[in-house]
Amino acid sequence: MMVLTGAEIVIRCLQEEKVDYVFGYPGGSVLFIYDELFKQDKVRHILVRHEQGAVHAADGYARSTEKVGVALVTSGPGVTNAVTGIATAYMDSIPMVIISGQVTTAYIGQDAFQEVDTVGITRPCVKHNYLVKDVRDLAVTIKKAFYLARSGRPGPVLVDIPKDISAAKCEYAYPKTIAMRSYNPVIKGHQGQIKKAVQLLLEAKRPMVYTGGGVILSDAAEKLTKLVRRLGFPITNTLMGLGGYPATDKQFVGMPGMHGTYEANMAMQHCDVLLAVGARFDDRVIGDPAHFSEVPRKIIHIDIDPSSISKRVKVDVPIVGDVPEVLEDIDKLLAASGSQPDEKALKAWWKQIDGWRGKDCLKYDRKSKLIKPQFVIEKLYEVTKGEAFVCSDVGQHQMWAAQYYKFDKPRRWLNSGGLGTMGFGLPAAMGAQLAHPGAQVACVTGDGSIQMCIQELATCKQHRLPIKVILLNNGYLGMVRQWQELFHGNRYSESYVDALPDFVKLAEAYGHVGMRIEKPGDVEGALKEAFKRKDDLVFMDFASDQTENVYPMVQGGKGLTEMILAEEL
Amino acid sequence: MRHVISLLIENEAGALSRVSGLFSARAYNIESLTVAPTEDASMSRMTIVSVGSDDIIEQITKQLNKLIEVVKVVDISEAAHIERELMLVKVRATGKDREEMKRMSDIFRGRIIDVTESTYVIELTGNTAKLDSFIEAIDPTLILETVRTGVCGIGRGDRVLKV
Repeated sequence: MMVLTGAEIVIRCLQEEKVDYVFGYPGGSVLFIYDELFKQDKVRHILVRHEQGAVHAADGYARSTEKVGVALVTSGPGVTNAVTGIATAYMDSIPMVIISGQVTTAYIGQDAFQEVDTVGITRPCVKHNYLVKDVRDLAVTIKKAFYLARSGRPGPVLVDIPKDISAAKCEYAYPKTIAMRSYNPVIKGHQGQIKKAVQLLLEAKRPMVYTGGGVILSDAAEKLTKLVRRLGFPITNTLMGLGGYPATDKQFVGMPGMHGTYEANMAMQHCDVLLAVGARFDDRVIGDPAHFSEVPRKIIHIDIDPSSISKRVKVDVPIVGDVPEVLEDIDKLLAASGSQPDEKALKAWWKQIDGWRGKDCLKYDRKSKLIKPQFVIEKLYEVTKGEAFVCSDVGQHQMWAAQYYKFDKPRRWLNSGGLGTMGFGLPAAMGAQLAHPGAQVACVTGDGSIQMCIQELATCKQHRLPIKVILLNNGYLGMVRQWQELFHGNRYSESYVDALPDFVKLAEAYGHVGMRIEKPGDVEGALKEAFKRKDDLVFMDFASDQTENVYPMVQGGKGLTEMILAEEL
Repeated sequence: MRHVISLLIENEAGALSRVSGLFSARAYNIESLTVAPTEDASMSRMTIVSVGSDDIIEQITKQLNKLIEVVKVVDISEAAHIERELMLVKVRATGKDREEMKRMSDIFRGRIIDVTESTYVIELTGNTAKLDSFIEAIDPTLILETVRTGVCGIGRGDRVLKV
């Protein structure tokens, strides 16, 4: 046994967990921890310019890999700045450990300098959190934090460490395993329920597969693809689930929901058997649950979190378990049954779906003299050959990226789906680029979102991160403008972003390459040139059509099939 | 519908606020909540009385189970169970009211546990309805203060909530 300080223990634990990057920002109460970081080179620290950026970067790192992201922030404002990032990760179930400094134990509760009730403030937006009051609990607490973050339904776990605890000494040993009587996620699905599910799938006349972020998080894309190909059923991936099934495959009908494709929404509504996998019937996905439930259909729902099942929509066959395990069981049972889905019915169903596809709901004016944002995304897809890690902010550009970039692989599409956090894109791209040094990483953003974490351009410079920023600049908070146009009588209240900076100069001021693209004919060439610059961050400011809207659209609170289509306007 | 939810939770700092925070964050009802350590000091037992539709109550039990420190959750009102609540009532007890108050306390099987020249403190246990009817039975102008523990409950017979 060796005797170490709390700060040394923190670093040892991170090394034990094979953490290669910590995203953080130093301050008074974490100085001992930073001192230990300085003395070693196994765990690399990425200095961000705002704590929100640290957490989003750790988040992007986690989303683009199978690992737990790690952020390190100081007490008080360090933590409150981090809260947006933590809530973002919580809503999307991203595995993450956040280590925060706290004021000295004796000062807690005395309104000390940079004191905040961290455990209290973060409680509703973490999977779990801890305040370490005894250095002897530190190692086991960090072990638990990593275990909780990555197991079951993943999520962020915060460990709050008072300054005196990081200085105190104790004997150190890192526990090899952890067992908690109060926490035992169910992995294996109930075999009786799985049998029922297989029966329903085989009897279905109009089957539909609907999968979400759970497929990505559990690395089940391969198993899902195998199963869905065996069945020959249509499949849709939610905003969080894109890449769970190859988007270029003919069985893929696009994304469902508020800005989903016509065919995906129609098929969701009119199917007779719906297989939901790692998805939670979100309000942005099914619209009004009462309208959705008007059509009788049998629902099979696979999820590791029992509380996601029958929360918004009644489910007929609930299966609690780890998605890949359950999918494999279903696949095996199907293979063993020797039965096939009803081929005749399936053919008729596909005919109906192809009819819906005929609407070509994602068409847009390709002859426009203005740069259409959809066109930029299509060209981005072509230039990167569909291989890029695409990180997005929140708004119209996010929806266009989701609609027009065809994700064939999981973990390539990183966006804040649940919380909808503007400012997520750039720092998330930093995390993805660090995790995949040679890869093409694009940050698709808007002129509103990019300014919410623009300071991270300095971090990109310091750590030489050659991200390609694709700014679809329409001079508006585009999604807000769109809602105001459609639902508020064209009264553009505070949605015009007047006095935008010169983004080219701004990029240059941070030491990067800036480009301004104003004509559709220049889009492809500019993108090619940018991606050729393998060592540079290139900030591309695309002067986009200011009036373009995202379609199809289901208004909030409406039924899933009550879509507004571009052609109807 | 009224439900009585019993749960075992690790006896850690902040455990109560995780439970109460869950109810307020998700807009669930709490009629009463009682908590104290069990015979195993590492665990506390909580009894929560809540009102909601079956769907809501199902979500409540699932969400409670999801809390990392919650060891076990049971809706004990789904089967035969016993509920008890303790109430202390301080009443004015002078003149003819003094004898009347003593009588009422006896009828409800209460005990007078503090006596002054002008007041009694009456201790009463029972289910919520019994305590309510005691309050209704006595002259409201004589009530100086009341304090109730909230419901604690246990299943009848062989049903046991234990790790």
